[in-house]
Amino acid sequence: MLIWAWRIEDFELDLIYKIFLDPFVQMASAPDLLVQTLWEGLVGGVLYALIALGFVLIFKASGVFNFAQGIMVVFAALTLVGLHERGVPAFLALAITVGVMFVLAFAVERLVLRPLVNQPDIILFMATFGLTYFLIGLGELVFGGDPKIMITSDLYLPKGAIDFKILGGFVSLQKIDIAAAIIASLMVATLAIFFQKTRIGRALRAVADSHQAALSVGISLEQIWVIVWFAAGVVALAAGIMWGARSDVSFALQIIALKALPVLILGGLTSIPGAIVGGIVIGVGEKLGEFYWGPLLGSGIESWLAYVIALVFLLFRPQGMFGERIIERI
Amino acid sequence: MFYREAGQFKTTYAADMAMFPVLQDRIGIIAVLLVAFVILPLVGNDFLLNAVMIPFLVFTLAAIGLNLLTGYTGQLSLGTGGFMGVGAYACYKLTTIFTDVNILLCVIASGFFSAAVGALFGLPSLRIKGFYLAVATLAAQFFLQWCFIRIPWLYNYNTSGAIEVPLRTLFGVPITGPTATPATRYLVVLTMVVAMTWFASNLVRGRIGRMWMAVRDMDIAAELIGIRLLQTKLSAFAVSAFYCGVAGALMVFLWYGGAEAEVFDVNQSFFVLFMVIIGGLGSLTGAYFGAALIYILPIVLRTVPAMLGVSLRAATIEHLTFMVVGALIIGFLVAEPMGLARLWQIGRQKLRVWPFPY
Amino acid sequence: MRAPSGSDVTADSVLLSLENVSLSFGGIKALSDVSFDIRKREIRAIIGPNGAGKTSMLNVINGFYQPQQGRITFKGKKRAKMRPHEAARGGIARTFQNVALFRGMTALDNIMAGRTLKMHRGFVWQLLRVGPAVWEEVRHRHRVEEIIDFLEIPQIRKVPVGRLPYGLQKRVELGRALAMEPDLLLLDEPMAGMNLEEKEDMSRFIIDVNETFGTTIALIEHDMGVVMDLSDRVVVLEYGRKIAEGTPEVVRNDRRVIDAYLGVAH
Repeated sequence: MLIWAWRIEDFELDLIYKIFLDPFVQMASAPDLLVQTLWEGLVGGVLYALIALGFVLIFKASGVFNFAQGIMVVFAALTLVGLHERGVPAFLALAITVGVMFVLAFAVERLVLRPLVNQPDIILFMATFGLTYFLIGLGELVFGGDPKIMITSDLYLPKGAIDFKILGGFVSLQKIDIAAAIIASLMVATLAIFFQKTRIGRALRAVADSHQAALSVGISLEQIWVIVWFAAGVVALAAGIMWGARSDVSFALQIIALKALPVLILGGLTSIPGAIVGGIVIGVGEKLGEFYWGPLLGSGIESWLAYVIALVFLLFRPQGMFGERIIERI
Repeated sequence: MFYREAGQFKTTYAADMAMFPVLQDRIGIIAVLLVAFVILPLVGNDFLLNAVMIPFLVFTLAAIGLNLLTGYTGQLSLGTGGFMGVGAYACYKLTTIFTDVNILLCVIASGFFSAAVGALFGLPSLRIKGFYLAVATLAAQFFLQWCFIRIPWLYNYNTSGAIEVPLRTLFGVPITGPTATPATRYLVVLTMVVAMTWFASNLVRGRIGRMWMAVRDMDIAAELIGIRLLQTKLSAFAVSAFYCGVAGALMVFLWYGGAEAEVFDVNQSFFVLFMVIIGGLGSLTGAYFGAALIYILPIVLRTVPAMLGVSLRAATIEHLTFMVVGALIIGFLVAEPMGLARLWQIGRQKLRVWPFPY
Repeated sequence: MRAPSGSDVTADSVLLSLENVSLSFGGIKALSDVSFDIRKREIRAIIGPNGAGKTSMLNVINGFYQPQQGRITFKGKKRAKMRPHEAARGGIARTFQNVALFRGMTALDNIMAGRTLKMHRGFVWQLLRVGPAVWEEVRHRHRVEEIIDFLEIPQIRKVPVGRLPYGLQKRVELGRALAMEPDLLLLDEPMAGMNLEEKEDMSRFIIDVNETFGTTIALIEHDMGVVMDLSDRVVVLEYGRKIAEGTPEVVRNDRRVIDAYLGVAH
């Protein structure tokens, strides 16, 4: 009996050590690796945040959860690369792509949003599913399904890495990642100012609250929606360029875009700074988890860790980190 | 003129609450069942049964399962693929461990495993609602799919990571494995799906269905009349996962003949969700319509260019199909947000007053 | 005018009693130190200006809100905390100002939903829907049809409630509450938005329910004519405090009530 009990203890101790101590020991023993992992997580998080930003824009202003945001990222990137492949110079291709995103926003407003204007949110959500399928088909039809390479050098985006010697080892930061972080921060700052300070920004917030009330004070819903979907399209393009620069442009990106959902959970669906903070938390949490705890469970936990983090978070704060508390009045 | 309820008086409440209270409906259903059980196996070719009817029935079952959870109880779930996978892998393990037990018993037992997993992942629904719950179910989906790949015990340590369906018989006739004929497999699947539809119909017409719908419509008011929210939501998750699990087991054992983890990915979840939405949330007949449209339509679309004499590459047809399905989803939602089932209802209304316009 | 409920009040004829109940949300005090009781078989009206805390009062009785201070005694049992479904099991039913019906269901199904607590046939019976499950369903259907006849709404029983006009929706909601066969029925502005005819109908129903089934009723109401005619006793709230209580005549002539709420006839 005694030996049996002793053996159980041994096993449990080992497990506890593996889960709660060893990862931190590893972190402390190779701090440069820790910094590297944190940086990777940060960059991943910033990119998730860019995708999430598109969701937030549309949700904030039209109350629609745009499931097609992920495919818009892919579609924007594909259009850019596809145009370049056909010989269009890089920056002209960029301008044309922006124009395409505008046309897309216009079409979506006219064909999807306007007919469904008073329907419950779930119906609009489902409509964006349909939009996703449509864009997948269209994208594959026009551009083909093979992965493509993003035209980073033609857009004057930096290549190569900067190596730091710190903490007894060294850390390597890809220049493109730094560029991504800077660009993303600029976009966020611009959008945040836009929403808070300008007349259109206020109108956007009004529309998010109540379509009918906004209509009754003379805000043109159609204009607002086109503006907002266009802005989301531009954000999607930026996200597509950044993602594409780090890995290829392919339809697999659409599934990765689903990762933006846990980001939205944490950051709240209506908060622009929340999208960034949420993105960073998820990105860093995911990378740390995969690197230090991953070997314990088997590889590939990145596929679900972000969602579980969001789930645990939701259990304590069902409205997300920055979201508004839902008070049900009866 | 034909579809008139005049003269059909119900003299008991039981008659009023029956599954098909209208005589014409009863006749119609008997006709459909006759065609399904007798005529199709006799005249249907292998392609029709194998590639059209069996998958249609399997997806209908999954759509019924998801409809019970999302349409009747209002809990949006994106974990359908994962629950179907639990059913499939559970069935595989059960039948390879208990090789003498009838395969259908294994299928039903695997449903219970799926129900348990479903209830477990339904626990967050007490605190989390709506879109946030959908993301929580995504956690279930991705985690389960990861399990199907990373737990070799599930596929009996097969090096390819895939499961292969062994030969199993029913009353001496092979129904799984390479020797089972399409007709046999079709009849087995048909029987199971019809039976489970009947069960689902019973549930939704009774006390439990009302509890689910109350939770969907206004959970605060549901609490008021004494409904315990957590138990009710968990029961919806469990029953829904049961149906999806059985559908997954049938899919692998009586249709594909084998499976890999990719089959039960998040795209499968979306696929079934589309069927539920297009068919109509909160409608069992809607599940049939939705499955028919979302599954059979692409097959039809693929044959259209050939029929029109236009030759296109297979990939192009695939892309066009995606576009058409996507456009149709939007179109349906614009035209009738309540789905095909509602269109069917409206059609029947018009049929009642035919040949008059109103 | 209702006959006075008699002076022979004994302790065990009190159904619900609230003692020193206080409720606040953050910085807002919805109820301050409110005490009153409701006797069995009486109709108790709760009146007062908007924001007085009347709905909060019902929500506290119902278990939706937990008061920070005070004691609630229902059927002789003190309760510390109570969830709404426990209140329902205890015999308390409720209607709402903004009708809280299940919009996806028909009127009949809504009222049948009220019978949920009384239906016990288990899952397997529900699955098979033969024999005992069907008999139980039919039995309860009988009772529900009686309620439908009582409320004079048989023609709309198969209509989805979302399509019904407001007045009929309120009746269906009353029907659902009655289906629970409650000991205490809480009505939150049952006459709101109704015309004279509908108010007369609703008043008749309320009196019938009280007299025929012996149900104790607490109602919030703004129409003073209705309050005077229907209620045995009245409680007046203002800014979360009780400022008067008693029979309708007493309350109507109370100085504080006139100042706060009723106003003076010009």
